[in-house]
Amino acid sequence: MLQGMIGRKVGMTQLFDERGQVIPVTVLKTGPCVVVQKKTPEKEGYSALQLGLVERKNRFRRLTQGVKGHLRKAGSPRTRILREFAYEETAGTTLKVGDEVLAHQVFQADDTVNVVGTSKGRGFQGVIKRHGFGGGRATHGSMFHRAPGSIGQSASPSRVFPGTRGPGRMGNKRVTIRNLQVVQVDEENHLLLVKGSVPGSRAHYLNIVRSGRRN
Amino acid sequence: MNPIQLVEQPQLRDGIPDFAPGDTVRVNFKIREGNKTRVQPFEGVVIAIRKRGLGSTFTVRRISFGYGVERIFPFHSPLIEGVQVLRRGRVRRAKLYYLRQLKGKKARIREKR
Repeated sequence: MLQGMIGRKVGMTQLFDERGQVIPVTVLKTGPCVVVQKKTPEKEGYSALQLGLVERKNRFRRLTQGVKGHLRKAGSPRTRILREFAYEETAGTTLKVGDEVLAHQVFQADDTVNVVGTSKGRGFQGVIKRHGFGGGRATHGSMFHRAPGSIGQSASPSRVFPGTRGPGRMGNKRVTIRNLQVVQVDEENHLLLVKGSVPGSRAHYLNIVRSGRRN
Repeated sequence: MNPIQLVEQPQLRDGIPDFAPGDTVRVNFKIREGNKTRVQPFEGVVIAIRKRGLGSTFTVRRISFGYGVERIFPFHSPLIEGVQVLRRGRVRRAKLYYLRQLKGKKARIREKR
């Protein structure tokens, strides 16, 4: 059983469920993927598959000779994104190097998945946006607006404790959103619809993993 | 067709008549009460239409027992049984939010001939 796949964020929309309620969904393009390498307990010490995301031609940047050779060995088309996902051999369905993996082989409606991606970069942000500090009031003679306030004591300890929250770069970080419900799997168009939002902007690459296990 | 449209396509509905801001409409909206569904009509002036594909909505305003009540209906909601256009109004803007400040005779809308 393969535990995940590579996806690409297409965008968000909303759908009506059977009760007529609106549910927010994110549309993900998942796959088709190719098995590029098989990692085995004997050789690598764990069991996983390395997948490559098959895309339209014009998304390619030039690949290095090393990567080209690696893909050629697998008999895979040229893929830019390679990611690894846990895999246990189960009876009936075994995947070999060079096999194609499609969304509906891995996910079904009502599964829950974790989506891993890089969040949108927000640049250098203050403490209110970055850490949710309260700030002071804007008017009525207040002279304390958006500053961080006290960051510690005085002569003792004479230093700022590590980990004290302050302003700085925000976003552009690896973020995992856990337990998103799969609303629909569109086999034909390789689309996966999950309920709720996922990290990053449109066209960002994501790892989509079944919930409830580490990858 | 882009993938978002592909996803929305099956849920788009037709059968909703053409209406514009300023029109007076009756929306027959299905309501679930326990296991039964019944239809609750809501009648008023369309004061805004928001076009967002499947997420399109329209806002209907009416005066109910002296209080202004606005309801926002999703265009493509399966809970809308039907919409009847009762009166076509002649208005000069797309969003009639100014009606919120007006009452009585001033909140009237001229009919389109």
